[in-house]
Amino acid sequence: MSFMNWIDARFPATSTWNEHLAEYYAPKNFNFWYFFGSLALLVLVNQIVTGVWLAMAYKPSAAEAFASVEYIMRDMDYGWLIRYMHSTGASAFFLVVYLHMFRGLIYGSYRNPRELIWIIGLFIYLAMMATAFFGYLLPWGQMSYWGAQVIVNLFAAVPFVGEELSVWIRGDYVISDATLNRFFALHFLLPFVLAALVFIHIVALHKVGSNNPDGIEIKKNKDENGIPKDGIPFHPYYTVKDIFGVGVFLIFFAAVIFFWPDFGGLFLEPPNFEPANPLKTPEHIAPVWYFTPFYAMLRAVPPMFGSQFPGVIVMFASILILFALPWLDRSPVKSVRYKGMLFKAAVAIFVVSFIFLGYLGMVASTKVILGFTATFWAQLFTAVYFLFFLLMPWYSVLDKTKPVPERVTQ
Amino acid sequence: MSSDGVDLKKRRFLTATTAVVGAVGGVFAVVPFIKNWNPSQRARAAGAPEEADISGLAEGALMRVKWRGKVCWVVHRSKQQLADLESLDGILADPDSAVPQQPSYCTNKHRSIKPQYLVAIGICTHLGCSPTYRPEIAPADMGADWKGGFYCPCHGSKFDLAGRVYSGVPAPTNLEIPPHQYVADDVILIGVDGGNA
Repeated sequence: MSFMNWIDARFPATSTWNEHLAEYYAPKNFNFWYFFGSLALLVLVNQIVTGVWLAMAYKPSAAEAFASVEYIMRDMDYGWLIRYMHSTGASAFFLVVYLHMFRGLIYGSYRNPRELIWIIGLFIYLAMMATAFFGYLLPWGQMSYWGAQVIVNLFAAVPFVGEELSVWIRGDYVISDATLNRFFALHFLLPFVLAALVFIHIVALHKVGSNNPDGIEIKKNKDENGIPKDGIPFHPYYTVKDIFGVGVFLIFFAAVIFFWPDFGGLFLEPPNFEPANPLKTPEHIAPVWYFTPFYAMLRAVPPMFGSQFPGVIVMFASILILFALPWLDRSPVKSVRYKGMLFKAAVAIFVVSFIFLGYLGMVASTKVILGFTATFWAQLFTAVYFLFFLLMPWYSVLDKTKPVPERVTQ
Repeated sequence: MSSDGVDLKKRRFLTATTAVVGAVGGVFAVVPFIKNWNPSQRARAAGAPEEADISGLAEGALMRVKWRGKVCWVVHRSKQQLADLESLDGILADPDSAVPQQPSYCTNKHRSIKPQYLVAIGICTHLGCSPTYRPEIAPADMGADWKGGFYCPCHGSKFDLAGRVYSGVPAPTNLEIPPHQYVADDVILIGVDGGNA
């Protein structure tokens, strides 16, 4: 085609298409767990588009923010839909990213040569958390206000400079108009940083090639044309598979948006239907579900030396430790399929702890569960969470692994 | 991968149906984003018809009413002023209101429902300034022919007391007459007509 020739002489259109889609060879044994990367990209696009539309009517001022959200919901054509797409999209984003990370965990996708992909992915996760935190203040409801109050005060726990640091973040002595206005600017900025990180994530992935449920390097077995024998072109094979995944995902996504947008108080918390009131804290305050595991760890640590700082350190450490994962796992095999009972049990216990911590972060810390307080359980599961990582260099070596096949299994 | 035993016809059918269904869905998904830009319920309420009570409007006086954020004039014209309108026909661009700048029920000599009351949008049809009301007869600055009317300070356009534009001025058309109706003898509802537009 002469038109494409004209373009290709000026822009690498065909070569980029081939390199990353039509002639990008991905392992042929991708399964269910491989839907979530493309779904995360879809949700990111959804968040950016709906977010830009919301920003056209939202007023980032303490006096007008709450009313402007109501205005979007009630007075603008389809404003309710766009806002629910955004609020549901936030939860969906974390859900698919948690599943995406779990996929990496069980199939060893963080192992050599994919350490950087994992690390860039963690930066994406950090950017997501920051974006979600900034965004949660914007509706200026009770939970927005007091949630931001609690999180910003975490920084006040830093020894020596904490107080000044928290005032600097807020731009005031309390969460105020100044805080809201800057959080709005940051909430608008970060998704573009996030998109850039996603781009780098994919560039890194395409440099080394995708892992797969068998944890085998398909590039070790190439045919006479240099094409991996166990690889299939991403397009059309995986684009079609991903489109199917998108279809199924959208059914659930739309069902929540249309029939259950607050998701029983998990996606939109009840106190947030009340405007922010600096004089009255809601009776029970908890972050949105995707932050509760970390919130539970924060609360699990008692104050030491008259400071809340140790809890803050534990909470941040729980995320930072993920960066070390590629070097903690010393198993000779990557995929859980060929790992032994030790690793499988460890992952199972880890998942249970993480989910339980998520639950504990939502309930009052004094709540009694099976004869013990929520605080006790949170301490137990926080310990389990960290032990999963800290003991990994030993149990991954002690584990009885199975032999890994030469070629991927069907 | 080998393509042995691949049913290409079935594959083409599935590709085409998926593409079509996806495209239809995509179009539907775009609708909310386009409609979201329409005037909101609040803007529509602000653009609702506006009532003007003209019972206190003296002969020769002008009152201003805000409708959809625009200034709307109501002028109580005297018998003399109405009579003078016809004498101006020769120096006007569109004396018979041929250009549809008014509802059909105002396409008449006085461009109004009741002859004495002019209802017009007070925005110059040139570049949108609001002309000044100059009811005086032949003031020094407007010249000896001036029988009262509106003068736009921005670019010098002139209109007579029926909002008809003079020829040879920048404004191309007569002033716009908004849809309106009398809901009582002394009350005009600006923004909707009586149904005979």
